[in-house]
Amino acid sequence: MNIYEQQASNRRMTAGIMFVFIAFFLVIGLGFDFFYLNFNPTVDAQAQYKWNPNGYYEAQASGASTVPFGTIFSLLFGVGLAANGLYNGASMVLRSTMARRALASNDKEKQFLNVVTEMATAAGLPVPAAYIVPDPDLNAFATGMNPATSVIAVTEGLLNALNREELQAVVAHEMSHIRNYDIRLMTVTAALMGAIALISDFAGRSSRYGRRTTGLSSSGGSNRKGGAVIFFVIWLLLVLLAPLISRMLAMAISRQREFLADASGAEITRNPVALISALEKIRAAVTPTNAINNGVAHMCITDPRGSLIEEKAGFAADLLATHPPMEKRILALKVMAYQADKPAA
Amino acid sequence: MAIAIIVLVVVGLGVVVVFNNLVGLRNQVLNAFRQIDVQLKRRHDLIPNLVESVKGEMKFEKETLERVIQARTAAVSAGQGGNMADVMAKEGMLTQALGRLMAISENYPNLKANESVRTLMEELTHTENQIGFSRQFYNDVVTKFNTKQQVFPTNLFAAMLGFSPSALWELPADSPERENPKVNLAV
Repeated sequence: MNIYEQQASNRRMTAGIMFVFIAFFLVIGLGFDFFYLNFNPTVDAQAQYKWNPNGYYEAQASGASTVPFGTIFSLLFGVGLAANGLYNGASMVLRSTMARRALASNDKEKQFLNVVTEMATAAGLPVPAAYIVPDPDLNAFATGMNPATSVIAVTEGLLNALNREELQAVVAHEMSHIRNYDIRLMTVTAALMGAIALISDFAGRSSRYGRRTTGLSSSGGSNRKGGAVIFFVIWLLLVLLAPLISRMLAMAISRQREFLADASGAEITRNPVALISALEKIRAAVTPTNAINNGVAHMCITDPRGSLIEEKAGFAADLLATHPPMEKRILALKVMAYQADKPAA
Repeated sequence: MAIAIIVLVVVGLGVVVVFNNLVGLRNQVLNAFRQIDVQLKRRHDLIPNLVESVKGEMKFEKETLERVIQARTAAVSAGQGGNMADVMAKEGMLTQALGRLMAISENYPNLKANESVRTLMEELTHTENQIGFSRQFYNDVVTKFNTKQQVFPTNLFAAMLGFSPSALWELPADSPERENPKVNLAV
């Protein structure tokens, strides 16, 4: 896949994810109307007409609301959140990690600023803003909506542990996320994932105390009741499992892109060896990155949870890891540096 | 008749698209080239400060410092002359002189302890990298531009439209940068 195909695929995927997200809100809203507000369009058709003392017939509401308030509200809310994710996603991510701007007065941070400038030159992109995440663990991520407004953030631990060349390799890795527009996809995903977790939590909670029973028993004819229960269960499952599903989706997207970013990062510096030694240092630091929460895990150069799940291969690890196993990434880079033979498979 | 017109229109549109693509790439090449110039200028501005701040500590390396200053003067005047081969040769000499200065400065612990020297050394490394990466980027863009011109069917009319392949940034055959650095391990 060349860079243009990659960019096009990312654009499609961003649009797809926002579509699924809004559809999810539509389902939540419809279900809410159906089960909580007794919305039923068929009631409208058979509305009873009562004689009005003023001399005309008037449609009488039959206990069911005819306007899908829940759907309209939740759809508007979903679109609003999606737009918010597009416009404020980057600053939301930065705020959640408590990142601050790198200072030119500090030796190490000055070096980081210089390295970011160098990598922007090498990639032929505008210089991204450089941020520092106050955390002793080794990690880095990039965010933003396009190369002109992009941000590269690294942890304090990373700045202290890596030498100049290794730092360059890590920044180049992030720079290629910027060049491929991975950052937009990842940032939007992070913003929407947070919103879904919030909504699902809210819906799950209110279903416990809500007036579900009245909604079920009074909604239309009695022959629909069995179907309604099944729909309700499916709806509830969807709402409750949404955070898990969305996280798995984010991880699947992220895993594919890490290999590519490693490869094109090495292409920017023409120095895969530095990235290998940087990844080995990052891998050796297994403590979790506390400043980076799970919602942005898929954006980082390595899993901030610091778990060793990355090291395992297999189906469960494939589903749950945000990144490919470090072993595989390092091997791929070694092949690039002619330090290892191509694997048979 | 109608078919002939359709074919002509399609070919015409194809040529327009190719032409516009090539113009875009040519401008990218020019821009990338200017970027190298910007970085070279930066280096010229940096050197007097650097030499000034290490002069005190490196009295015994007078020759090295002189070489750097001379190379800088030569590079600046070559830049004003505008002869490409000359610029490349002189900048190559400057790179070599600076590399030597940086290698020697490792022998002076006092220098490393000096805050302003440390900052300047980082600046110098940064500038050297910037020059290297802007050259690399220039060569990447030129390669893209040239490939675009040379692939079929663009090669049939690229020259007719007034495009010619750009030159890669290469070191001249007799450049001092090509020489292996001499390392003296005798103590």
